[in-house]
Amino acid sequence: MNMEYVPTPSQTVGPYLHLGLTNKHSVTRIAGPGVPGERVQLKCRVLDADGAPVNDAMIEIWQADKSGKYNHPDDAQAPENPFNGFGRAATDPNGACAFETVRPGSVPGPGKTTQAPHLNVAIFARGILLQLHTRIYFAGDPANESDPVLAMVPGERRDTLMAELDPGKTGSWLFDIRLSGDRETVFFDV
Amino acid sequence: MSKVANERSIIHPFHRHPAGSQPPRIYEPYRSTPSRNPSKPLIFLPHTLSEVTGPVYGHDPISETDNDLTRQHTGEPLGERIIVSGRVLDDNGRPVPNTLLEIWQANAAGRYQHQRDQHPAPLDPNFGGAGRTLTDENGNYRFVTIKPGAYPWLNHYNAWRPAHIHFSVFGRAFLSRLITQMYFPGDPLFDYDPIYQSVPDEKARQRMISKFDLETTQPQWALGFRFDIVLRGAEATPFE
Repeated sequence: MNMEYVPTPSQTVGPYLHLGLTNKHSVTRIAGPGVPGERVQLKCRVLDADGAPVNDAMIEIWQADKSGKYNHPDDAQAPENPFNGFGRAATDPNGACAFETVRPGSVPGPGKTTQAPHLNVAIFARGILLQLHTRIYFAGDPANESDPVLAMVPGERRDTLMAELDPGKTGSWLFDIRLSGDRETVFFDV
Repeated sequence: MSKVANERSIIHPFHRHPAGSQPPRIYEPYRSTPSRNPSKPLIFLPHTLSEVTGPVYGHDPISETDNDLTRQHTGEPLGERIIVSGRVLDDNGRPVPNTLLEIWQANAAGRYQHQRDQHPAPLDPNFGGAGRTLTDENGNYRFVTIKPGAYPWLNHYNAWRPAHIHFSVFGRAFLSRLITQMYFPGDPLFDYDPIYQSVPDEKARQRMISKFDLETTQPQWALGFRFDIVLRGAEATPFE
């Protein structure tokens, strides 16, 4: 880093983020029906330290396609389909928001490791001065056992990173983000 | 196949933030931070392909008046017309081209066009308060808008936010994503604002303050303010 160019400080999005970010420019359909892959309906909830829903948060998602490819120039293999991989939604009065996507493939990890299918998540809200980063993995995926990032997370906290199948609803997954308190979600220092 | 996999796993990690240059997660004077931020330490994540890539394509098309908030309605908004321009750079000093900037702000009276804003100041039918643009090949951007007003909030007794414009920027990676606020020089409210004061380092705080600029001021038309934005950059970039 050139010390003349220190990154600009982050500030909270505040309570009116919808005006600039989600009223007109939400992306809840990360992958439409034409995108190949296992369909995923993902419902997220954001909860505060008291378990109360956070009704003014924004979630952004970045993910690979079903083959584990990111639509980005630094990924040597461009995705073979019109798949961007970006999602954005504001939470509703129940602290919830929903995305429609496909299950990503495995992605290369450090060294010769392979990362289990996951979604990268950033959380913004009033009261959050610098966005929080977490990941969503899929509960029951055998690849989770050898994921190098999950391996860094204490065993008893790993389940906070797992989306769970919504019982009785095929392809429907639930993920709670607990910002603080009991069963606080694991957040990463990226 | 294994060659491709190896090629894909060459990762150029990004610089970490220097100490004091970013706000802490929990800053008691900003009262909603303790209940909305983790109490446990974050887990340090070495950068992988997941962090160093990000959405660089596929944004909605930008329309002609998206970067001119004074021309989005039938009439002109009330207030002091301003031109806010600058560059988006990475922390190696290199321009960040073709990246999306999104802004939102209060009107000249300090009121947001938002149902949750109950501040008893007038709305302006000719001001929506949202804009977007892409940086050019040299990282330059430009918005025309009106100077937002200060407004009260409920953080503490007699709490007022200094005038500001919210800026959202993507950059090249999911981890270079930045949402900040641009302030105006000489605002007397800086000393009393816990959001501005949350950034520990004074020099870092000052990087959020735009500079009045006579060069971009247009005679008989609008005051110019410059605001450069620096995003996290990679320790080494490919093709060097």
